[in-house]
Amino acid sequence: MAVTASEVAVLDATETPAASKRKFRFLRGRKTVVGLGILLFFVLMAIIGPWIAPYDPSAMSQDLLQPPSGSHWFGTTQTGQDVLSQILVGTRGVLLVGFVAGILATALSVLIGVTAGFLGGLADEALSLLSNVFLVIPGLPLIIIIASFVTDAGDLLIAFVIALTSWAWGARVLRAQTLSLRRRDYVEAARATGEPTWRIILFEVMPNLTAVIASGFVGTVIFAILSEITLAFIGVADISNWNWGTVLFWAQSSQALAQGAWWWFVPAGLCIALLGMSLALINFGIDEFVNPRLRTETGGSRKVKMRVGFTPVARTGTARHKETRS
Amino acid sequence: MKFLLQRLAFYLVTAWAAITINFLIPRLMPGDPVQALIARFQGQLDTNAIDSLKALFGLDKKQSLWQQYTDYWAHLFHGDLGLSFTFFPTPVSEVIAQSLPWTLALVGITTLISFLLGTGIGVFTGWRRGSWMDSLLPVTTFISSIPYFWLGLIAISLFAVKWPLFPADGGYDNSLVPAFDWPFISSALYHGVLPGFTIVLSAVAGWILGMRNMMVTVSSEDYVMVAQAKGLSERRVMFGYAARNAILPNISGFALSLGFIVGGTLLVEMVFSYPGIGYQLFQGVGAKDYPLMQGIFLIITLSVLAANLLADILYMLLDPRTRREA
Repeated sequence: MAVTASEVAVLDATETPAASKRKFRFLRGRKTVVGLGILLFFVLMAIIGPWIAPYDPSAMSQDLLQPPSGSHWFGTTQTGQDVLSQILVGTRGVLLVGFVAGILATALSVLIGVTAGFLGGLADEALSLLSNVFLVIPGLPLIIIIASFVTDAGDLLIAFVIALTSWAWGARVLRAQTLSLRRRDYVEAARATGEPTWRIILFEVMPNLTAVIASGFVGTVIFAILSEITLAFIGVADISNWNWGTVLFWAQSSQALAQGAWWWFVPAGLCIALLGMSLALINFGIDEFVNPRLRTETGGSRKVKMRVGFTPVARTGTARHKETRS
Repeated sequence: MKFLLQRLAFYLVTAWAAITINFLIPRLMPGDPVQALIARFQGQLDTNAIDSLKALFGLDKKQSLWQQYTDYWAHLFHGDLGLSFTFFPTPVSEVIAQSLPWTLALVGITTLISFLLGTGIGVFTGWRRGSWMDSLLPVTTFISSIPYFWLGLIAISLFAVKWPLFPADGGYDNSLVPAFDWPFISSALYHGVLPGFTIVLSAVAGWILGMRNMMVTVSSEDYVMVAQAKGLSERRVMFGYAARNAILPNISGFALSLGFIVGGTLLVEMVFSYPGIGYQLFQGVGAKDYPLMQGIFLIITLSVLAANLLADILYMLLDPRTRREA
């Protein structure tokens, strides 16, 4: 299956004892730092955006459809609303829905995935079937249908619907991981000493799943943000709430494209792409932390040019070098 | 054979689950939006149409839930999905029958192109890890973070408005009558270039990343080293040994990502007013046309399941291990 690469690798990583210092080693990668930096910027915008917005995002003015200028950095809409203010005010909704949905979906996937993997037997069969069914049913149409049946879909409700439809992938990966951890010696030892099952799951198994859970969480947040913006864009979500999708909804329905008003839809899309990219970079950071083979930059020490594919000799050589350095 | 039967059983269960979800959604939601629709079209609906709507949306409160459920199935088996209100008084099944071929063609062709392109690029980037090609990865990450529909907006503003090379909307020239002749097909192809390009650009990144990561994992396997030690040409090792094994997870990954691709295609259709099923869904959402939305969800889900089954058959043909288990 598609996850085998990282699955195998997680095993490698979990086998080595994790000293507390090494837990944060993934922060050293350049990708992760860039990703976290961009994310931090958007979180800051989400917090202070409504205060630093120069105009009321819904207030109309006489400056109709102005290109970017000193007084309107991102230009204005057809009714003279300030695009920059709309985006600043909209950031909060985007991040709120993304993270709430991410947290809910991750909780669900941990609950279902770890339970299925650890208990095994019939419970496992039933829970895996459930997550596979949800995995195959296309998520976006389902979200659209549920959201459009609810008359006034607020941010939290949208987050809830997205979480309900996007937990399955995480559950599947977590189940596979738990299955492989379940028969490890230390788990058997804990069982032999009479630890209750919930304690084994929480304190013996879960800490070794941290990386998988984290990468699942980040992935779900990306999906949630995209879905939410999509819902706003096609007009299913409440369009009186500003978010980036709402900006695009108005741009599309006011024929911004035909009028050549690029400033109306370009900034919102770039924000989505930047935010999505920052989260994806963080995920790569986690993946590479877990599976060192995937690294693209192995530090300044690596000068070896491998021309004929890889010879394992060269690989272990550099890997050992890396170990001694860190 | 056992593998195939297992998969078949799974898809049947999933189809049943999707239909049941479709049955439950309108019944669990507060309010009766469909009742309001019927009231609005009072006098124009014949008793037959009202009956089928009542059965599909559970408006007959006197019936038990079980009776409603069996009634619902009976209507589905007759291909009766109710009347569309957007295209009143066309039945939903007819609306879908008209638009489905467009979507199937668009998804089919673009998926094929992006699979071939992405896997090809992924083979090379994975094989020559550490070369300049690694710089392709951040670019693909950025592109894959862009929502499909926004990329569509940009494509329209660049190639249809700024440089009017391609038409901005529609699936064919309106002066033509749909038929299997050259003017119509060439017009359809011409109109499909921009939507297709958008989808390929968005979808290809996932293939590149998946294939690269599998290549990186596979190329340190023993059999690759043996092949190199035998002195086989690099080409032969790359394609015949590494890529051949790395492609399997990519194919099963395809099955799982299909729902996502279809969701993206729906959005692209909305942006381009392409006469496929996504655009109908968009119009249905705008008009609160619940019978149409639910019908489209069912058809999309069933098509995705069918495509998954095809991918499984392909996988079975490619991977002898699945056959030996039988």
